[in-house]
Amino acid sequence: MIGPRLWLLQRATALIMAPFVLVHLGLIIVAVQGGLDASEILARTQGSWGWALFYVAFVLAVAIHAAIGLRVVIAETLRPRRWVLNLTAWVILIVLAVLGLRAVYAVIA
Amino acid sequence: MGSIDSGSQPAANGKLEIKIWRGRAKDGAFSAYQVPEQAHQTVLDVVTYVQRRIDATLAYRFACRVGMCGSCAMTVNGVPRWTCRTDVKTVARKGRLVIEPLRNLPVVKDLVTDMAPFFDKWQAAEGRLQATSDREAEVATIDPASPERKAADAGVECINCAVCYSACDVVTWNPDYLGPAALNRAWTLQNDERDGGKAERLRAVTSDGGCQNCHSHQSCTEHCPVGLSPTASIAGLKRMATRAAFGRGPR
Ligand code: SF4
Ligand code: SF4
Ligand code: FES
Repeated sequence: MIGPRLWLLQRATALIMAPFVLVHLGLIIVAVQGGLDASEILARTQGSWGWALFYVAFVLAVAIHAAIGLRVVIAETLRPRRWVLNLTAWVILIVLAVLGLRAVYAVIA
Repeated sequence: MGSIDSGSQPAANGKLEIKIWRGRAKDGAFSAYQVPEQAHQTVLDVVTYVQRRIDATLAYRFACRVGMCGSCAMTVNGVPRWTCRTDVKTVARKGRLVIEPLRNLPVVKDLVTDMAPFFDKWQAAEGRLQATSDREAEVATIDPASPERKAADAGVECINCAVCYSACDVVTWNPDYLGPAALNRAWTLQNDERDGGKAERLRAVTSDGGCQNCHSHQSCTEHCPVGLSPTASIAGLKRMATRAAFGRGPR
C-alpha cells in the first residue's frame, strides 16, 4: 500500500518538521512575553524573507507529511481503489498547502 | 502444587468449560464441551481430549507437541498461542477456555487454517537462501561475534507458527502486507554471509506490501512464543532500505 519512496518522503518531512516545530514553539513563547497583538506579529513577519522561507518550507513539509500519513490511514481503514486513494491524498496535500500558504502570505505580504 | 499463574482460577467442579469454533469462518459457530481438568494439561491436550473422547469430527493440527514444528497455533481466549506449550492453568479464566482458529488466515474447518497465504508471502519476501556455493565447497566460516551473525542469530529460531502473523493488525488491514514472520526471515538472510540474493530480496521486502507498512506496534514481538522480535528485524530492513536509497544498499 505504501511504497519505499512515499515512506522515505514521510520520514524526511518528519525530520524537517522536528526542528521547525521547536523554533515555532520557541518563537511563540518569546513573542508572548510582553503581551501579544496582531500588529506586533505583523511587524515581525511583514516583508521578512527569512520567516517567509521558514514558514513556506514548514507548510509544505506538513502538507506532504500529513497527506502521506492520512493516505495510509485511509488505505488501511477504508481500502479504496488505488486511484481513489491517490486522488484523495493529492486533494489533502493541496488543501493543506493552499490553506497554509495563504496564511503565510497574509502575514508576510 | 502451586498454580503457575496467580491470575488464573481453578475450574468449579474439576471440569473445564471449553468452547471451540466449529465449521468455517462464515457459517461456523462455537460448540461447548466439558473436559476433566488435570495437572500439567496443555491447551492442545484439551483439544485432543475433545477430538478423541467427545467428537471425532473435530479438525485441528499438531505434530511435535514440544514447541518445535509450529503447527499447533490457535487463538486461545482471544490470544494467539502455541497450544502444545501453553498450560491451561496459565490461560483459563475460571476454568473456561475459548479456542478459535488463528486470525488473518482462511479457515479450512474448525481449528484448521489454510497456511498457504502465510507461506506464499514467505516466498514473496525471498525468504530462502540464495546459495553462492555448492555442496563440494568448504563449509563457510562465519565469525560468531560479527554484527551480521548476531543479527541473524536474533531472528533465526522462528518455528513458522504464524502466531505473529495472526497477531498483526496491519496484516488484517492490508492483505498485501508480507507480515512479521516473512520479513523476519528476510532480515536473517540479509545478514547471512553465504547468501547471494540480497539486492533482489531488498527489492522484494520494499515492494508495495513490504517492511514500510509495519507500524512497529509490536504485537508480533509480544506474542511470538519463542521470544523473537520481528519488529526489530523489520526495523533493520527499514534501515537497510534507507541506506540503499542513498546508494549504500547490498549488492
Ligand atoms: S510491529 Fe509490525 S509486524 Fe509486528 S505486529 Fe506491529 S505492524 Fe505487525
Ligand atoms: S516469528 Fe515467532 S511468532 Fe512468528 S512465526 Fe516465527 S516463531 Fe512464530
Ligand atoms: S505441536 Fe509442534 S509446536 Fe506445537
